[in-house]
Amino acid sequence: MLDVRDLDLFYGDAQALAGVSFGVPLGSITAIVGANGAGKTSLIRAIAGMETPRAGTVRFDGHDITGRESFEICDLGLGQVAEGRQVFPTMSVEDNLELGAMVPRARKDAAASLERVWQMFPRLLERRRQMAGTLSGGEQQMLAIGRCLMGQPRMIMFDEPSLGLSPAMVHEVFAIIRRLHEEGMTIVLVEQNVAVSLHMADHACVLENGHVVMEGRGSDLLGDDRVRAAYLGL
Amino acid sequence: MTIDLANQIVTGLLTGLVYSLMALGLSVIFGVVRVVNFAHGEMTALAMYAAWALFTWAELDPLLGLPLIALLLFVLGYVMQRGLIDAFVAKPEHMQFILLVAVAIIMVNGSLLVFGPDAHGIQVPYGFDTYEVGPLLVDKVRLLAATAALCISGLLMLFFRRTMTGKAIRACADNLVGARVIGLNVKRLYAVTFGIGAACVGAAGALLSMLIDVMPSSGPELTMLAFIIVIVGGLGSMGGALLGGILIGVSEVLAGYFLMPSMKGMFSFAILILILILRPQGLMGARK
Repeated sequence: MLDVRDLDLFYGDAQALAGVSFGVPLGSITAIVGANGAGKTSLIRAIAGMETPRAGTVRFDGHDITGRESFEICDLGLGQVAEGRQVFPTMSVEDNLELGAMVPRARKDAAASLERVWQMFPRLLERRRQMAGTLSGGEQQMLAIGRCLMGQPRMIMFDEPSLGLSPAMVHEVFAIIRRLHEEGMTIVLVEQNVAVSLHMADHACVLENGHVVMEGRGSDLLGDDRVRAAYLGL
Repeated sequence: MTIDLANQIVTGLLTGLVYSLMALGLSVIFGVVRVVNFAHGEMTALAMYAAWALFTWAELDPLLGLPLIALLLFVLGYVMQRGLIDAFVAKPEHMQFILLVAVAIIMVNGSLLVFGPDAHGIQVPYGFDTYEVGPLLVDKVRLLAATAALCISGLLMLFFRRTMTGKAIRACADNLVGARVIGLNVKRLYAVTFGIGAACVGAAGALLSMLIDVMPSSGPELTMLAFIIVIVGGLGSMGGALLGGILIGVSEVLAGYFLMPSMKGMFSFAILILILILRPQGLMGARK
């Protein structure tokens, strides 16, 4: 579904990604784990067209999307739930969701998508007129996920979806991701919560200082001594 | 005495509403694209020249020419943003400043070249008609211009509240990263925003052309006027631009009434300084 080859990304002179290669199989959950500053968010942003890589290629669903604009990439069906949720704080919950369906691929079916999101997140329906900025962190995360679904993506990249949420809310967010996976969505999961994300993932890669240092099945990595020592503190 | 003063205040109020529409354009552009349009008054002057040309050569009433002029300025603004300003959006502010000052200088000297240094004014056939409202005398031209300005401002607010394009533009102002995450075409929306800001200027220019003369030096004066209005009202606030315009319009006539008309600028700047000292975010601006 997604194929990243030899991706280099620089911020000025600082190299954020160095020759990153990995693949995301159709219908899988692929976890990207690594310490703070390892380049996880940079990788997501480079794939989504929000940063321009210096070298390498990104292919999504047969299209070469390297260096394309973010709105073009979204319109191919590559959705993103970004770090920090990035909702529109002074706009209503309903407006936030409707804006998610502004990409051409989703515009026609916006009404049906909205119904689906209301069903999936009844709490958002209760608060449809409320400003997004006044929602709790967990509700904002649901709004961010719902808004992404409004764009009718075929693959979603989640960047730190559990960051700053209460344990109950974290549980709920992971349940939603599992449910989307069961419905056939291809998922990339970037998480600080390494144990949970490796448990969930079919496929995983470990990022260190902008390099992929390990790649394999989630369960294999979970059993790997180096991963256990570095990320799980075992 | 009091009737005369009341007449003056009504005049200032009506003129102020037209100022508001012009300042609204500046406020919308800054609020979304985060670029300060230092060529704002020059664009207004351009619109006034267009109104004058249409009136003189095609005998088109400025009120009827208004949609055409607004459309023209929309295209100008759209193209300016797409072709010129977009490359500077992420650049430091002083670079944006130099760019737009350059645009302003070109516009001033271009109009000097085409229309010469003399003042051009429009005298519509109903220019001296007045309405008697109780004891007050209201100029017909001014009333029409103010009504049109108010209607256009209202339509603009509806556009931002009700249409998807309007909401998408607000979304860009609200959270730019979020706008890119969900695949909004930010560059196109910025160009539309600049176009809308310029269309406000076009409409305001057409209306102003019936109230005041235009000459090449009108541009910088109107830029200052628009700045004072949005800073007094609160930069980026649409309601603030409306309030600021009325306030400055009234202060101008009061300066003329109590002192002399040539001192109106001094009054406007005094209000600006007071606001900067007492309420730097402007009357309706949000404190960051």
